[in-house]
Amino acid sequence: MSEIRKSWGLHIGVVTLLLALNFILPDYHHGNLARVMVLACYAMGYNMLFGYTGLLSLGHALFFAAGMYGMSLTVQHLGWSAGPAIIVGLASGLAMSLVVGILSLRTAGVAFMIVTLMFAQAGYLAALYFGEYTRGDEGFVIQKAARQIGGIDLSDPMNRYLAALVLFAVCLFITLRVVQTGFGRVLVAIRENEERTRMLGYDVHLHKLLAILLSGTMSAAAGAGYGLLFGYAGATFASVQYSIFPLLWVLLGGAGTVLGPFVGTLFMFYLIDLSSDISTAYMLIAGLTLVLLTLFAPQGLVGELRRRTLRWLP
Amino acid sequence: MLSIRNLSSSYGDAQVLHDISFEVNAGEIVCLLGRNGAGKTTCMKTIMGLIPANAGSVEVSGETVSSLPAHEVPKRGIGYIPQGRRLFAELTVAENLEIGLMVRQQGDDIRDQVLGMFPRLRERLDQRADTLSGGEQQMLATGRALCINPSVLLLDEPTEGLQPSMIEQIRKAVTTLRARGVAILLVEQRVDAVLSIADRVVFLENGRNHPPVITAELEAKPELLTRFVGV
Repeated sequence: MSEIRKSWGLHIGVVTLLLALNFILPDYHHGNLARVMVLACYAMGYNMLFGYTGLLSLGHALFFAAGMYGMSLTVQHLGWSAGPAIIVGLASGLAMSLVVGILSLRTAGVAFMIVTLMFAQAGYLAALYFGEYTRGDEGFVIQKAARQIGGIDLSDPMNRYLAALVLFAVCLFITLRVVQTGFGRVLVAIRENEERTRMLGYDVHLHKLLAILLSGTMSAAAGAGYGLLFGYAGATFASVQYSIFPLLWVLLGGAGTVLGPFVGTLFMFYLIDLSSDISTAYMLIAGLTLVLLTLFAPQGLVGELRRRTLRWLP
Repeated sequence: MLSIRNLSSSYGDAQVLHDISFEVNAGEIVCLLGRNGAGKTTCMKTIMGLIPANAGSVEVSGETVSSLPAHEVPKRGIGYIPQGRRLFAELTVAENLEIGLMVRQQGDDIRDQVLGMFPRLRERLDQRADTLSGGEQQMLATGRALCINPSVLLLDEPTEGLQPSMIEQIRKAVTTLRARGVAILLVEQRVDAVLSIADRVVFLENGRNHPPVITAELEAKPELLTRFVGV
């Protein structure tokens, strides 16, 4: 019981700290952190499937883009306001993950990776194909006037940061709650030994599908949030690169940990940011750091912390 | 309690079980004996629905379970402890048990009953399953299967590779369950262990079974053991 209280304490503490940082960070880092928090939601969605359920998807950009386009296209072409448009973004992610889930779960292992990758590629090509609406790679800017919810201007840095924090906190607490419930334990059991979980009497297929729905919808929430807060939607976000990013963030931060995705996203963001200050060959520095990290902290930063000292970390 | 009628199953085109029929009554331990490859584990997996049955049926308390999907079978009260234990390594002892309890929404009374049977587990509740010794892992695997409060229990070589004191504890747990009226189907290689615990023995040979023999009568017919198990 006390471990549950400890982990709630820790995660509420992290959110409080992020709230405090809103008032003290210099502009540059303030903007960065808002971006990191939204991307961390994407990583948390990915982690739900990869870290907790053990399903490695290479096509999550599809869900991120579904949220982003679901939101931005309704704003851009139907003139909807931001609130309902976010709902459309979430619904697009949910529908997309339902379809992809039902079809891709017929496969497992490497085939699952390939199938999800192919779906995401199809999504990317569709975004290019319908360039008339999406403006393809070039993308389109979501006008400042449209980026408002209940009269709050989300393009204002302070509001944007707080909105990102709200989204982040919601995703974080949902993840924390899920992994504490029986449902979350069954997901981990599936990751550990799928056959055994089925022998014990669990519908493995259904649990995996629910995990994909949760994961895809959370990724879509991040996509919708990103488009709205930073005022841009483009096909780059549907590309394979954006399917690999959350995998990297989660691996660096610690797969199967609640805080890992955030830590991984933050680390990677600043790694690239700082190394590009030093040299134009910044990918070399970033790459080397990543290699070292996977060598010496194979379970990721938070995973390693859990292994060494804080055994109770969820 | 558990009744198997004319059960056949195959791996792809290769038929492994042919027309298996026997029963396990409540409060009885029936042991499956046979050489390697005779079909003992396949028989258990077919009962659990993990390998689809080509023909025949499996009934538990009169309800046919052989037509159900595999994950529904344990919900009918059949616990299965496969060979090699297979715990959820990263989960703690308590979490492993919880997953067992959730299958049929069992409460704390069953949990206490299980922990009463294996006091060692109570001392290790917060420990990760992969840090347990082999014997403790077997206890946990058994305990987790008991968490569904089964009326039928299938055990596949539960004492394989364990030290004698652990074997004794597992044995004790199995006889306790028999006394409570659980129908137990056991696969065991060590003939002496079988003879001291089983009520009846079913011999399997090339995927076919021979009529069950009462264990007491087996002592008078050692030729059966020579024929089917080679000892």
